[in-house]
Amino acid sequence: MTRPRIRWHIVVFLAPAVLVYTAVMIFPLFNTLRLALYSEVDQSRVFVGLQNFQTLFFDPIWSEQFCNALGNNFWFFLIHMLVQNPIGIALAALLSHPRLRFAVLYRSAIFIPTILSFVIVGFAWKLILSPIWGIAPSMLDAVGLKSLFAPWLGKEEYALTTLALISVWQFVGIPMMLIYAALLSIPEEILEAGEVDGITGTSAFWKIKLPLILPSIGIISVLTFVGNFNAFDLIYAAQGALAGPDFSTDILGTFMYRTFFGFQLQLGDPHMGSAIAGAMFAIILLGVCVYLFGIQTRMRRYQL
Amino acid sequence: MNKARSNPLNTFAMHGALIFYTLIALFPVFVILINSFKTRKAIFREPLALPDADSFSMIGYQTVMKQGDFFLYFQNSLIVTVASLTLILLFGAMAAYALSEYRFKGNMLMGLYLALGIMIPIRIGTVAILEMMVATGLVNTLWALILVYTAQGLPLAVFILSEFMKQVSDDLKNAGRIDGLSEYTIFFRLVLPLVRPAMATVAVFNMIPIWNDLWFPLILAPAEETKTLTLGSQVFIGQFVTDWNAVLSALSMAILPVLILYVIFSRQLIRGITSGAVK
Repeated sequence: MTRPRIRWHIVVFLAPAVLVYTAVMIFPLFNTLRLALYSEVDQSRVFVGLQNFQTLFFDPIWSEQFCNALGNNFWFFLIHMLVQNPIGIALAALLSHPRLRFAVLYRSAIFIPTILSFVIVGFAWKLILSPIWGIAPSMLDAVGLKSLFAPWLGKEEYALTTLALISVWQFVGIPMMLIYAALLSIPEEILEAGEVDGITGTSAFWKIKLPLILPSIGIISVLTFVGNFNAFDLIYAAQGALAGPDFSTDILGTFMYRTFFGFQLQLGDPHMGSAIAGAMFAIILLGVCVYLFGIQTRMRRYQL
Repeated sequence: MNKARSNPLNTFAMHGALIFYTLIALFPVFVILINSFKTRKAIFREPLALPDADSFSMIGYQTVMKQGDFFLYFQNSLIVTVASLTLILLFGAMAAYALSEYRFKGNMLMGLYLALGIMIPIRIGTVAILEMMVATGLVNTLWALILVYTAQGLPLAVFILSEFMKQVSDDLKNAGRIDGLSEYTIFFRLVLPLVRPAMATVAVFNMIPIWNDLWFPLILAPAEETKTLTLGSQVFIGQFVTDWNAVLSALSMAILPVLILYVIFSRQLIRGITSGAVK
């Protein structure tokens, strides 16, 4: 028996990545969850157990804000699932059509919004939808729908949906690209076999291609979920930390930012901020687990 | 390719749909860019017209140049992005090599541990990250951002790169070993050049979110001398809300560098996504 020796080069290769990752990502993550169990009393940190969570969920002032942010966040996610992903799939289906000319051009152009920062996207749409500038109303006027115009970002009932649609506009390129890649990897023989059986065009899409790309749609859904429940930038850029009008666009990310840093007269509270981060962590973890154990393992994967 | 699948009417409808969506995607960018070169009057009177000799004006850009320190912001963004990408690629490739090349106890576990961060956003840990940066005096330095982005980018980088490194032929590495090369030389001289395309993919993937991030610059480095371009334009626009020329010019100046990078790297980016690197 030989004594196992330490192969130092493995340690050297792994050390930098593991150190940075552990110190800046994993450790703060758990430290944040730990901080959620503390509170500040007389400028010193006191362990309070689950009291912060109790406040967050059951104190009427906090729970109302939390439920509002959570509900908004679900609506935000739902719009992405119902609008962004179907449009992405449809565009990918069109782009993957054999012998389509200019496909590269379309693909690159449609992906451009995705590379822009939230600040640009938020302000650009804010200006376009602004009643002062009048681009949106005059364009609606041109097609005879001027009566439909409203200052969408300024109305409580429309603002969140409008922002969600702006975010859809920005990110539709991602599902498009991933589905496009999945569609391209379907072997030609399968489609030709379908053709022999008389399945072509749209029915080929529904009956052959769609079942084959279901795993990719699953991945896109979980990516959308994680991205949406972690969103902050667009709302902050367009509506500010107060997520106006009257908190109607408040989602978990902006709620956590406000709580953590404070705004106007309210002082920042890192411990309540950590508690909200803990709740976000639980929600994201739950979503990822539902995907990993509930959807991914049950999904039929076809050997291509 | 089969003929039965294409007929002229379908092709026409397909192009129609794609052109329609392309216009939706490009319209806001186009409107911002053309109006940034117009006078204030022209912006409001004819927002959709191209700037002509009458309405052309650079007044917005002049305001931006005078008021905002955009060159500094741009420089900060560039430093942060380039430094983070370098660290992600170097550390990520080293770890990926260790995981894919050597068999050792805990290899699987280490791989899973590093993969954890692909799904869990680093933002959840913000409160503790800020505390740590304050304690180590890194707050309001570019290093704080570089470290955070490096940690954020590593999990996916390790995952993608180790997939590619498994494909590098063993014969080549063993030939190197017989010639007496050290493991380090084999990695840097033989393996790294072969996975260069995968490294480019990882770089392009990470570049956009780092360049565009607003959250961490806002929290970790909001000081004037460490503002990134994204945060700088956010603050600038917030102050100049009513000066439409300045706002439009600032937006255009923020759009242009990304657009130029995209034109240079779009082939790489699209190839990276479609090669199934994220599947």
